[in-house]
Amino acid sequence: MKKIIVASLIMVLAGSAFAANTITVKGSDTLLRLGQRWAEVYMKAHPDVVIQVSGGGSGTGIAALLNGTTDICEASRDMKQQEYDDGKAKGINIYRVAVALDGIAVFFNEANPVKEITLAQLKGIYTGSITNWKEVGGPSHTIILYGRENSSGTYSYFKEFVLKNEDYAEQTQTLPGTAAVVNAVAKDKYGIGYGGIAYGTGVKYAAVKKDDKSPAVEPKMESVTDGTYPISRELYWFTNGTPAGTIKDLLNWALSPEGQKLAEETDYVPLPKDVAAKNISK
Amino acid sequence: MNKYEFKPKSKIRELLGEKIIAISAFTAIVVILLIFIFIFKEAMPIFTNAKVQNEASLSKLFLKQQYYAGHEPKWSWQPNSDVPKYSLIPLFIGTLKAALIAMLFAIPLGVGAAIYTAEFASKRVREIIKPTIELLAGIPSVVLGFFALIVLATALQKLFNFTYRLNAINAGIALGIAVIPIIFTLAEDAMTAVPKSLREAAMALGANPWQVSFTLVLPAALPGIAAGIVLGFGRAIGETMIVLMASGNAAITSASFTDSIRTLSATIAAELAEVVFGSPHYNVLFFVGALLFVFTFIINLGGELILTRLKIRLQGKTTK
Repeated sequence: MKKIIVASLIMVLAGSAFAANTITVKGSDTLLRLGQRWAEVYMKAHPDVVIQVSGGGSGTGIAALLNGTTDICEASRDMKQQEYDDGKAKGINIYRVAVALDGIAVFFNEANPVKEITLAQLKGIYTGSITNWKEVGGPSHTIILYGRENSSGTYSYFKEFVLKNEDYAEQTQTLPGTAAVVNAVAKDKYGIGYGGIAYGTGVKYAAVKKDDKSPAVEPKMESVTDGTYPISRELYWFTNGTPAGTIKDLLNWALSPEGQKLAEETDYVPLPKDVAAKNISK
Repeated sequence: MNKYEFKPKSKIRELLGEKIIAISAFTAIVVILLIFIFIFKEAMPIFTNAKVQNEASLSKLFLKQQYYAGHEPKWSWQPNSDVPKYSLIPLFIGTLKAALIAMLFAIPLGVGAAIYTAEFASKRVREIIKPTIELLAGIPSVVLGFFALIVLATALQKLFNFTYRLNAINAGIALGIAVIPIIFTLAEDAMTAVPKSLREAAMALGANPWQVSFTLVLPAALPGIAAGIVLGFGRAIGETMIVLMASGNAAITSASFTDSIRTLSATIAAELAEVVFGSPHYNVLFFVGALLFVFTFIINLGGELILTRLKIRLQGKTTK
């Protein structure tokens, strides 16, 4: 009988130790694949740690962090002032760290003769003032706009950075996920879409010019890392307070050369080496 | 003693059994009531909270607004914007467009199939057609939506040369497929419920099968067919997954059926998961939910009323 009690006590203790090492990661769909890859490799090296990674969008992740239902929030955008304020009101000490880079690529159908586009043209196309491909050097046909749902971090970033916060044209068809946008543009000869450069086969990547005079830059790892590709952004992890314990270990490992190499292998863009080193938590 | 005779072991058991069944019946009603209260509570700030009304008062939800100086007033759904725009008109138009196409597609097919099955098909053919169409109701809507997104949209675009691949017609036809079994089942039931004595009387007076079907059975069963159509319409208004996937989700205010559309239900599905809790956007989405609740409630109630009237008409009394 005693043995049973001892055994069950040990099990309870082991169970609670197990629970203490469960980390939940939630947020950006853009960061989802990288988060999952990091979790897999990290868990292999640390069998006592369980990491649960889920997506849902940056907004979902931030809401979860503010409600205390996730340990790490992945986001493809910075928090809005409103969200910082909400966090402060709830007594959450928001800690932000960039873990990787991402470029937003513009997709054309492979049959489209247009190869490059300026930021101003992009803005015109997505706000609805440019509606025909011939205005940007293509065939005479209506431009079919594809975009993301308004909960997506990519939607917000593109709107802020390319559209200068103007509204998307109402003709923009919104699709759930970058993969759906890529799929739609691949099927639509006159389609245009945007999304992370980590995705996308079956479509053509547009070379983007900052303005008329600057060179057209293709979205590639090197051009995003060195900052020549005009539409690029940092991807963040948010935590409640300065990371400690397992979360800190996981974060520092993700920022280590090993973690950053995984980012590159998963088609994300690693942080420049000095930035990664600087972001490591002491 | 006959072994089929039901003989309860004791009065207490009988009473207990009855109470448990009664509780399960009332649980369903309570749950619906709670959902109703919750949705309306979350939608209330649109009527009571001045801060919310500032962005989303009733007039802002339904009337044309001039959002920027020097611009034409218009209806616009752009909740994530410097100037949030919460007009529900484009969403209403989208919902009605999809439902209209769905009904245009489903009524002839559903009613036609019902007339054939009830009146002309041999018993064997009926045994095949009826369960098959009713199985259609069991297809998960996400599968129908995926089919419309990948296969139907491409086929329709090739056929009609649509500018927009995902549009009201594509979404409407997919919705129609989901509505057909509802119309078919109710219409077919109504026609088979027409008393045999009526048919025999008509036959005895020399009417042929066509005359019996179209001048006697069809008019007598009309309320049942109408109920099917009304309930099918309710489904078309509330259905979410199919339109979310197949409609393109662009909130356009236009009369064209070849434009993309965004429906009320799809808007809730796409936006509610990520909305800032307690923001005007959140309240507006719940208001949309409350509207959908009221619409489908009224529509279903209408359908049920018609069905009750049908029973009175065919049998001269309410079936109770």
